[in-house]
Amino acid sequence: MATKAVTPRPAPARAAPARRGGFLRTSNGKKAVMAVTGAVLVLFLVAHMLGNLKVFAGAEGFNSYAAWLRTVGEPAVPGRTLLTLAEIGLLAAVGLHMWAAVSLARRAARARPVKYAARRRSRADGYVVRTMRYGGVIIALFVVWHLLDLTFGTVNPGGAAATPYERVVQGFAPARWWVTSFYLVAMAMVGLHLRHGLWSAFQTLGLARGRRRRALNVLAAAFSAVLVLGFVSVPLAVMIGVVK
Amino acid sequence: MNLTLKVWRQNGPADGGRMVTYKVEDVSPDMSFLEMLDVLNERLTLEGDDPVAFDHDCREGICGMCGMVINGVAHGEQRATTTCQLHMRHFEDGATITIEPWRAAPFPVVKDLVVDRGSFDRIIQAGGFISVPAGSAPDAHSMPVKKEDADDAFDAATCIGCGACVAACPNGSASLFTAAKITHLGLLPQGQPERDSRVVAMVEQMDLEGFGGCTNTGECTAVCPKGIPLDAIAQMNADYLKAAR
Ligand code: HEM
Ligand code: SF4
Ligand code: FES
Repeated sequence: MATKAVTPRPAPARAAPARRGGFLRTSNGKKAVMAVTGAVLVLFLVAHMLGNLKVFAGAEGFNSYAAWLRTVGEPAVPGRTLLTLAEIGLLAAVGLHMWAAVSLARRAARARPVKYAARRRSRADGYVVRTMRYGGVIIALFVVWHLLDLTFGTVNPGGAAATPYERVVQGFAPARWWVTSFYLVAMAMVGLHLRHGLWSAFQTLGLARGRRRRALNVLAAAFSAVLVLGFVSVPLAVMIGVVK
Repeated sequence: MNLTLKVWRQNGPADGGRMVTYKVEDVSPDMSFLEMLDVLNERLTLEGDDPVAFDHDCREGICGMCGMVINGVAHGEQRATTTCQLHMRHFEDGATITIEPWRAAPFPVVKDLVVDRGSFDRIIQAGGFISVPAGSAPDAHSMPVKKEDADDAFDAATCIGCGACVAACPNGSASLFTAAKITHLGLLPQGQPERDSRVVAMVEQMDLEGFGGCTNTGECTAVCPKGIPLDAIAQMNADYLKAAR
């Protein structure tokens, strides 16, 4: 690899023994943060998707599930304690995940200041990978809308006074097809994000080695597909009138 | 064959650089890509022009000196092939071929298609070695090594340090190269004493040189002339997390 260096650059000062920047300053450290916070969010998505399916149990079942989320742990802890803790955890995970993503994206941009004239052609399965950064932003915007719609009721026809079940049924009413469309697009982005993200997390944490690589890759694809189908089943069921 | 080349010309590190179009005629399909450039350079020299500078040495795919981005793909479309081993029969007569240097901030252009890969050398200096008294080669059976480990270490050791992985990576990451060295040394008994400090120092040097982070796109392994697998990067990540704990 000896290069015929005509103008050798001075070698940077020999790295000090300690990790000077600390774990979180290294690209590998940031990747690990991304993988672990991503995994927290995935666990949340699984629980959320399964919870959503309660809609098929009818208004009673769905509303009491929503109430249970607020009372779980009582009387050992005051109402909403566990829910609030989960919310703080999720917020922190999203924050750290986005911080790592932005920081790595900026590092990548600095590493290639001059672009290729010929379109750099993907030789691997490049499509999903390219959606990661802007897809993540779409997902984040969706989450904001989603909270205003179904959690706070601000942009929901039922308003804040409606029960959770009413909010779902009115929110995805056929007349609000554009809301449903946005929801479907966002879920497709979540699917793509996890398709690469899950596999990438296995790789980042050093798990995807040897014979396990293929299995984990298939697992990531299957898992993402099942998750997205679970999520989209609810608005579709409302739209075609199965849930009303 | 007659070809149109669009080649990156840059007089030196300070020059802005530009794509220049050349016609090359009577190229034999049996020529290698570098021989085709030799034809162009002979003509340019006769015409009193500056020949196109490019790196090369062995021209048999083992030294890692050659390398250019051909039509947007590092080392060209042919898989598991260095630029010197790429033959013109893979191109069509009359084709237009775009030729650019590796593009990455830690690989500054020296001239035309030649980049300074000193950053790779400094990653090696940071920890890509073993500190043992080196006498004559040890007896083959004196230190047993598991077959799988020996195979993986050997596969990783085939990295020729060409830099195509960096050139192809959308993040300009040097992870595949660094991981190849870490896997090669880390799986063998001689590499154990420095296994932890090596991975920490080499990963840190990679960052210091300004390479991007890995997002597991797999573009590197797809263009790697030696087919270094992504497994190497997983190995590096596992070793790093263990050492940094
Ligand atoms: C529902 C929310 C989200 C989940 C479940 C999630 C999950 C994940 C996971 C598991 C990874 C893999 C980590 C790795 O590379 O090792 C990942 C990567 C990533 N995420 Fe997210 N993420 C979410 C939201 C976001 C948001 C809001 C953004 C954007 C600002 C984002 C941007 C990224 C980027 C850029 C990557 C790196 C992609 C790559 O490896 O190429 N994610 N995500
Ligand atoms: S890993 Fe492959 S592409 Fe990268 S430097 Fe080594 S041989 Fe070249
Ligand atoms: S010139 Fe040695 S590998 Fe191509």
